[in-house]
Amino acid sequence: MDHAILCKDLYKRYQDGKKIVDALNGLNLAVKAGECFGLLGPNGAGKTTTVEILEGLIPATSGEVEVLGIRWGTGQDQQLRERIGITLQETRFQEKLKVREVLELFRSFYTHGMTTEQAIATVALEEKAQAWVRDLSGGQRQRLAVATALVGEPELLFLDEPTTGLDPQARRRLWDVVRDLRERGRTVLITTHYMDEAEKLCDRVAVVDHGKVIAEGSPNQLISQLGGEHVIEFSLEKGAGDGIEPDDFMKLPPVIRAVREAEGILLTVSQPHIAIPALLEFVDQRKGRLNSLTTRHANLEDVFVNLTGRFLRDD
Amino acid sequence: MTSFRPMLQLVVCNLKAFLREPEAIFWTYGFPLLMVVGLGIAFSSSRAQSVQFDVVKGETADRVMSLLGKNSAFKVTVNPPETALARLRTNRTLVVVSGSESGGYEYHFDPSNPESRAAKGVIDDGLQRAAGRKDAFESKEVIVEAPGSRYVDFLVPGLIGMNLMGGGMWGIGFVLVDMRIKKLLKRLLATPLRRPHFLLSVVGTRLVFFIPEAFFLLICAYLIFGVPIRGSVAAIMAVAFMGSLAFAGLGLLSASRAQRIETISGIMNVVMLPMWLCSGIFFSSERFPEFLQPLIQALPLTQLINALRAVILEGHSLFSQAMPIGILFAWAAVSFALALKWFRWG
Ligand SMILES: Nc1ncnc2c1ncn2[C@@H]1O[C@H](COP(=O)(O)OP(=O)(O)OP(=O)(O)O)[C@@H](O)[C@H]1O
Ligand SMILES: [Mg+2]
Repeated sequence: MDHAILCKDLYKRYQDGKKIVDALNGLNLAVKAGECFGLLGPNGAGKTTTVEILEGLIPATSGEVEVLGIRWGTGQDQQLRERIGITLQETRFQEKLKVREVLELFRSFYTHGMTTEQAIATVALEEKAQAWVRDLSGGQRQRLAVATALVGEPELLFLDEPTTGLDPQARRRLWDVVRDLRERGRTVLITTHYMDEAEKLCDRVAVVDHGKVIAEGSPNQLISQLGGEHVIEFSLEKGAGDGIEPDDFMKLPPVIRAVREAEGILLTVSQPHIAIPALLEFVDQRKGRLNSLTTRHANLEDVFVNLTGRFLRDD
Repeated sequence: MTSFRPMLQLVVCNLKAFLREPEAIFWTYGFPLLMVVGLGIAFSSSRAQSVQFDVVKGETADRVMSLLGKNSAFKVTVNPPETALARLRTNRTLVVVSGSESGGYEYHFDPSNPESRAAKGVIDDGLQRAAGRKDAFESKEVIVEAPGSRYVDFLVPGLIGMNLMGGGMWGIGFVLVDMRIKKLLKRLLATPLRRPHFLLSVVGTRLVFFIPEAFFLLICAYLIFGVPIRGSVAAIMAVAFMGSLAFAGLGLLSASRAQRIETISGIMNVVMLPMWLCSGIFFSSERFPEFLQPLIQALPLTQLINALRAVILEGHSLFSQAMPIGILFAWAAVSFALALKWFRWG
């Protein structure tokens, strides 16, 4: 078995009275054993829905799912649950239990696993082991949730936005946990909003939008598919060179894509050393004046913009 | 063995979470005890009470006071007519006595109030005798006030039953809906924990409480009011256990789908209201009309309270209570099965 997760033609329709939401529209995924796979997409793309179907928590409307070579509902659910660990996008544990008690409880559900002390150490919560859940910070609660997913030493781990709301330090600590797991041969499926997280952590990612995978591959592959690996962001002073539109820049030779972003314009280019002089000349011709200009490497955000014309994060 | 460990852990965690909530402990133990003490005092002090009535100020008042003023069996208040009648209407006095044209008395009272009706008879008797009426024969009063037949004795098993019902319903309903709101149920569903084991652990947690809930109240009632405990402790325990089990099942069923605290509160009240009214907590359920009896007797609280009264007050054996115990068990089993079938984890 070289695939930890396989799913084909996944459809999910939520029906609430007359309101119909098609959360998944033919989603396909293949996650190899031992890799860290990222599901990337904007709010409402269908990430949580996908993950919860894979976890056997909600049924798909149609489609096929195979997790660790087993289909849900074929009499092996129990064994399968022994082998997977999950965090939900949002769980609140009982406020008046201590961290150690919560982990002892979850440990008791699994026949094999690590000790609660190990689980606590893995997420660096030693100092809070005797604290009530009520008294934990948001990040500490998140780490406790991850610890409950790890305590059964799962082969396959599902983490739904485990780092949302964490400070940079806590995020990096969680990345270390995930890297460590992958080094020990575990498979991880993680959903996230953070591009840098996906780039740094994931062997492969799938970009999900409107319930479909619109791109799949390693972060580097996806970025190089843009055709240009550099991005120029600039803005123009108001009152000068009015009427300049992003499309005007498409005429410049090395520009592959041009979109408006907030106050400025964003160009994807292959060779910045040719593009920048051409850009300056063009702005000058149109009697515009630059307010700012920066260049950077293209990232997964640019991949998403390229594919959909929209930004992944609206904020 | 391993399969019982998760259930045990769940019960232990639930108990810890409960014991760390001081308010919950008060509502479970303090409140019912206050209720028994309050109602017990209100109803047990009536034995030495004198008959209380108002008399209209003026010549009648002087006459009545000279006849009954020194009699300790009566407590007379003199008031102007309007005040006295107003006190009667608002239930602050039982009877108002005024003079009649023929030189006798008029008794103003409310015949629909048994206390008022009885007081009227006693007052008339007292006045007639004091005015010189001779009794046709001599009568003697034999007072029956043995422990076990007083109102407080009747009340205590009713309150224990009510308590077991409330504890089971609220205790399970709120905990489950809270866990559902927190997505904890969904999180548990994702573990190898077996679904019936989870529900059993919830019931199990409740059953830990039935012993203190039933006996704390019973022992307090025994110590304060001398409520008799005639049946065997084992029989009382078995009946209370079955009652607790039935209401734990009903609590599970009520909470099996609700997703909001408001919903579960509504459901609980709808389920419990008929039992509060008809199951004989405060007065015998047999006072309801005949055609309602089959329904009332089918309610678990009716069966629980009847069985508790039988074993506590009358000392009946557990064996004689097979019928109520069977009905309670049926409620528990059917509720549990339906709850398992309909339970919403997400
Ligand atoms: N229980 C439900 N009933 C109705 N619609 C739902 C339900 N759950 C999700 N949806 C809808 O399905 C779509 C996909 O939701 P999903 O939670 O999978 O998105 P997501 O990618 O996880 O988003 P986010 O990044 O905000 O977590 C959304 O439009 C959402 O409104
Ligand atoms: Mg989500």
